[in-house]
Amino acid sequence: MCSLCGILGGRGHWTESASSPEVFANRDEAHTPGRERQHRTRILNVVLGHYGLSLSDWTAGKSVLRSATGRSTLVENVGELWPAAERLAGRTLDPLDPALLAALAPPGSGDGPGEASRR
Amino acid sequence: MSAYSDLIPVNVLTGALGSGKTTLLKALMRAPRLAGTMVLVNELGEVGIDHHLVEHASESTLLLENGCLCCAMRDDLKTALKDLHSRRACGGIPCYERIVVETTGIADPVPIAYTLLAEPVLQHHYRLGNVVTVVDAVNAPAQLDRFEESVRQVALADRLVLSKLDLAGAGALDALRLRLAALNPTAPVLAMDSSDLDPIDLLVTDVYDRRSKSREVERWMRSTREAMTADDGPTGHTGPHPVGDGSHPAGGHGSHPTSIAACCFTFEATLDWTAFGVWMSMLLHRHGDRVLRMKGLLNVAGVPGPVLVNGVQHLVHPPAHLDGWPDEDRRSRMVVISNGLGREEIERSLHAFNAIANPAPARAEAITRGRNPGPDFTDPGHGTARPAFPARH
Repeated sequence: MCSLCGILGGRGHWTESASSPEVFANRDEAHTPGRERQHRTRILNVVLGHYGLSLSDWTAGKSVLRSATGRSTLVENVGELWPAAERLAGRTLDPLDPALLAALAPPGSGDGPGEASRR
Repeated sequence: MSAYSDLIPVNVLTGALGSGKTTLLKALMRAPRLAGTMVLVNELGEVGIDHHLVEHASESTLLLENGCLCCAMRDDLKTALKDLHSRRACGGIPCYERIVVETTGIADPVPIAYTLLAEPVLQHHYRLGNVVTVVDAVNAPAQLDRFEESVRQVALADRLVLSKLDLAGAGALDALRLRLAALNPTAPVLAMDSSDLDPIDLLVTDVYDRRSKSREVERWMRSTREAMTADDGPTGHTGPHPVGDGSHPAGGHGSHPTSIAACCFTFEATLDWTAFGVWMSMLLHRHGDRVLRMKGLLNVAGVPGPVLVNGVQHLVHPPAHLDGWPDEDRRSRMVVISNGLGREEIERSLHAFNAIANPAPARAEAITRGRNPGPDFTDPGHGTARPAFPARH
């Protein structure tokens, strides 16, 4: 429990390797929570950018989610992120959406924006 | 904080009304090897009290504000488990090692899972064990046709126990087995009347039990391999399983049709754990109400052995780990039991997200030039990420 705010601490989100030390303790690469957090933010920004959103670190393990119009909110983990992102974007965020997948596809892969029409 | 494997497992015994749950429970309670098992039942039944303890919980469900049906907290279970833990800690009751919750016939196991994984106090003491579903060999075909609860109970199971085998014809039994395999290829189908029914296998063996997880994973890999071979032969991929003559969905064809079915696929590339977490959390947020079960054995970059993931609708167990691979096959494999999600779209999506973590040089260059929507590589520790224009649909 946090001694300042009295909030009960959970196990941490399952996506964070720090929440499962028995699984990730012996990773064979230099791995720190900070580096993982940066990596996650980078991946998320590629996805969120499709919806006009962006994410950046704030403090105390939280991140700021911003819309292109300047609205913002704090999120603590990806579990909190997706509902907040849908509120800010005003639409659903679907990882199976063909438009998103086309935007994520590497150039020249044939799946990117406009690639299908060029074939 | 305790490791997940050290938490007390709460097994769920479920099945349709009259399927034989209480009969199975009574048989299990007679097994000396299951001494130290606490049993929670919904109402006073005919369960004999021997070396086991029996507590009773009424069924009341507290629906959380987000309104998601699968995220309904079982208030009665929460209270009962907290009370049990307090009494156990004070020495008021024997030090039980596991719990079995017997549900009513129409109960959905998911709120029980949600209660264990999300309740702030319980998650430090308990974990979800096996979901054992008793299937009435005579009445199950009609129940699967008519009641979605029956379909969900099968799809969510870790073990399926067939009862009333002596009353079912051989042909009907074969058809039922095919149908169960289509709904849930990873759950072993066991016979209740068989001497092979191992109490330990039902209530102790699982992927989080240190002594037995290797065996569990080997069985899981064998069943997925068989399911994939049965469907697609040497390609190693499978779509929704055909059922019977393949003319109707696995979930049923009666008055409550569903398209619940399992799909299995393998993944050749090493997975980036962070990208996988982003993908799966987003998928379960958007489609968790349609994903009844998701299991994966993953080859994660930087982790020497396979990583196991196990999701139930919007919920995901903490990942588990094996020290080594059971065989030479190092491909990741996943089984998704869902209502209407296609294998190809799931697979394509996972590929796309995993590729974000390892961009090819051409892609990295394009991202740097701002070609790709949302290619933000700004240092998240400083500065504000640069928003991109939303794509049109």
